[in-house]
Amino acid sequence: MASFTLQINGKSYTVDADPKMPLLWAIRDLVGLTGTKYGCGIAQCGACTVHFNGNPVRSCSIPVSTAVGQKITTIEGLSTDNSHPVQQAWIAEQVPQCGYCQSGQIMAAAALLKRNAHPNDQDIDLAMQGHICRCGTYPRIRKAIKTAAKLSTANAKN
Amino acid sequence: MDMQTKNNLSRRNFIRMSGMTGVALTIGYYLPALGKDGPEFFTAESADNLGIELTSWVSIDKTGKVTILCHRSEMGQGSYQVVPQMVAEELEVNLDTVNIAFAPGDPKKFGSMLTGGSSTVRGAYKNLLRTGATAREMLIEAASKKWTVNKEECYAENAQVIHKPSGKKLGYGELVEDAAKLTPPANVVLKQRKDYKIVGKPLPRQDTPLKVNGKAEFGLDKKLKGMLYAVVERNPRFVGKVKSFDDTAAKAVPGVKYVIKVQRNVFATKAEGVAVVADNLWSAMQGRKALKVEWDDSGFDYHSSDQLYAKMKESLKGNVLNFKSKGDFERVFGESEKKIEAIYETPYESHSCMEPLNCVAHVHDNKCEIWGPIQAPDWVQRELVGMLGLKIEDITVNMTFLGGGFGRKAFLDYPHEAALISREINAPVQVVWTREDDMAAGPFRPGMVYQCRAALGKEPYIRAFETKMAGQDMGHQWPGANKLSYNDSTTEGFLEPYFESIEHFSFGDIPLDSPIPVMWWRSVYSSTNGFAYESFMDELAIAAGTDPLEFRRNHLGDDRYQKLIDIIIEKTGWNTRKKNEGWGVAITECFKSIVGEVVKVSKKPDGKIKIDKIFAVMDCGWYVNPDIIRAQVEGSIVMALGAATKHETHFADGKAVEKNFDTYKMPRINDIPEIEVHVVDNDEKPGGVGEPGLPPLAPALCNAIFDLTGKRIRKLPFNMDEV
Ligand code: FES
Ligand code: FES
Repeated sequence: MASFTLQINGKSYTVDADPKMPLLWAIRDLVGLTGTKYGCGIAQCGACTVHFNGNPVRSCSIPVSTAVGQKITTIEGLSTDNSHPVQQAWIAEQVPQCGYCQSGQIMAAAALLKRNAHPNDQDIDLAMQGHICRCGTYPRIRKAIKTAAKLSTANAKN
Repeated sequence: MDMQTKNNLSRRNFIRMSGMTGVALTIGYYLPALGKDGPEFFTAESADNLGIELTSWVSIDKTGKVTILCHRSEMGQGSYQVVPQMVAEELEVNLDTVNIAFAPGDPKKFGSMLTGGSSTVRGAYKNLLRTGATAREMLIEAASKKWTVNKEECYAENAQVIHKPSGKKLGYGELVEDAAKLTPPANVVLKQRKDYKIVGKPLPRQDTPLKVNGKAEFGLDKKLKGMLYAVVERNPRFVGKVKSFDDTAAKAVPGVKYVIKVQRNVFATKAEGVAVVADNLWSAMQGRKALKVEWDDSGFDYHSSDQLYAKMKESLKGNVLNFKSKGDFERVFGESEKKIEAIYETPYESHSCMEPLNCVAHVHDNKCEIWGPIQAPDWVQRELVGMLGLKIEDITVNMTFLGGGFGRKAFLDYPHEAALISREINAPVQVVWTREDDMAAGPFRPGMVYQCRAALGKEPYIRAFETKMAGQDMGHQWPGANKLSYNDSTTEGFLEPYFESIEHFSFGDIPLDSPIPVMWWRSVYSSTNGFAYESFMDELAIAAGTDPLEFRRNHLGDDRYQKLIDIIIEKTGWNTRKKNEGWGVAITECFKSIVGEVVKVSKKPDGKIKIDKIFAVMDCGWYVNPDIIRAQVEGSIVMALGAATKHETHFADGKAVEKNFDTYKMPRINDIPEIEVHVVDNDEKPGGVGEPGLPPLAPALCNAIFDLTGKRIRKLPFNMDEV
């Protein structure tokens, strides 16, 4: 056991954990932010995606010890009021069904749009193919990413 | 029953639970004894006085806020949205003012709460509409009395009662107190479909905002004070007992508190495992890794998939348990000149809900409380009565959102196990199944083998049709099941009018006896039957030299099916197919809905096949929310595409082979073509929505590939790149 200080959503949290504990469980069980989900534990499904300095990473496959010093953003930190363009687009296109995979999908989409304001279908495939949705919301995810791109551009103009 | 128990879910508690204040009008229905048609409506007060337990409830508080108790699980299919949509329509309130709370398990009040068989709307729509209408009529009556005007001069709109001649208005909140004193009318007139403002409209789901910011609470997110975490090492081979275990190393892992043997019911089998309980999940997982368990699974066949399928194929030579037959298939088939035969194979599949199984249980003071992603809370209650020796009213099952269900979360083993662990360690506990645990344990969709035979007449008509279905019968697994009983799902998926138009037919099954637990998987037997029936229909159409859609049309006299085919032709451009394209169609029936799907494929420059587009036409009769229907059909198509072209659970050495998404390959966003869904408008009774879109996809795809390449695919899954 050791003590680690994590920067999550602009706040600082100190947790006592086995250094090998995946960041996912530290975020969920020790910090208590449960929006980040467990789906496979082996970097196959993307449900656990969070950002390190704006880049998507799989928290199930990163030991908590290596997350120290990173600016971590979880789904709870994307906005306080569903105002992020990706959240807005997800609502507009009615993407979620069960919703369980969506935190990860949204975090991946937000990171994609930050890198690439106007992703085409291929860009979307590349950025999103690591994310499984058992409910099959893929067609709507594709649409919503395009909608989010438009919303971001419109916001930037205003 | 003491008062405390009786009021366990009383109106007062309900109010507290759903955060309402100053509720004045609560009405609901009571389902009288079978045989009486229709429910009776009561206010909460009169029901309390009569000692009647109300079924579904609608409450309106003094601010006009409406709260509805939802008796079905929300696992993505939209009950959280469509239940209030129905009530709000008749109640004449804006959907945004409606709050919804999940009803805890209580079969006495809610009847069957199983969310399965795509039954949420088709099972309860009339009663939910009447509940809304009854409250509306009582509010109108209260207003007319207040104004001392004629009731007929008043109407309700936008949570207000309006007196037409004078234009006077009163909000529902101002009327609830008076309305609560009235007797609910015996009969109410429901609105005409043309007057609907909410039902039938693609309104956005109420749960969406919660599902884009991590706030929706799933089972795995539930935390209780002092809650411990458990993972369980379960027998990898479906049958057998713990011979011994060594927990020395496990107990040495920091955080590990207990290591105990635990049981759970898997149909007639008492499955065993060893639970490692710790103060955090990660420690429990580490403890489990250090645990050594020796299993005694002697007397169990360590079979492989190959052996299972060989056995099923061999069994096709034998006799069937006859399910349904007409005329004389054997004679007509024997005499016929044009005979067609084919064998189709479908795989075992894992449900693999995105949220792995998990359950929180707290057993204390002769009570048991459960929280979890559960499809059938009342079944859990009944199961635990026997297991824990408690009274049903001492078992509370609280619903969370479900991260997928697909049938798996109607099985009771995971709450059962959690309750036993909690009782043993005397603390609240969350039992978490890892993805590997979830995928390896089943129950699985059963793998099936079908033998289809048919004789064609001179005209392009089927004279005789036979199917022998070999595979596990889910019904044969329960304790004391009669293993000589036929599988009554043998014709699931087959279109009803075929039974009229085909003169000689025979359908029967040959059950495979195997300890592999099998269970409902989205659309159940239709998901595999549909592949056999609709692939074979295509083979017959080709043999008859007829257009596959017209061939089906010739056998489907009924207007509803004829219209469906017209719509398919119109929406897909079926009659404008080009030479270098492959088109396939399939139509199946499932849970009272009829769905036709058309798949269009073509060759990529490298010669591999790609899907260009998938069309679906869904006829589910009267419906509530067309956007949810479209989403459900899209999702069903994606899931079907996975089972047709990507994943399968194999068995080797008596164990499941695929245990995570590295080997159980899911469809990904780049595998999904454009999907266009049309919802048919008609006045037929409501059918299911969550499942019926699944069965036609695989046969439509394989029929399209045949159309393009002349290659017939009769075994699923197949690799699109290797056709
Ligand atoms: S849980 Fe991390 S990728 Fe699946
Ligand atoms: S919405 Fe259910 S898994 Fe994606």
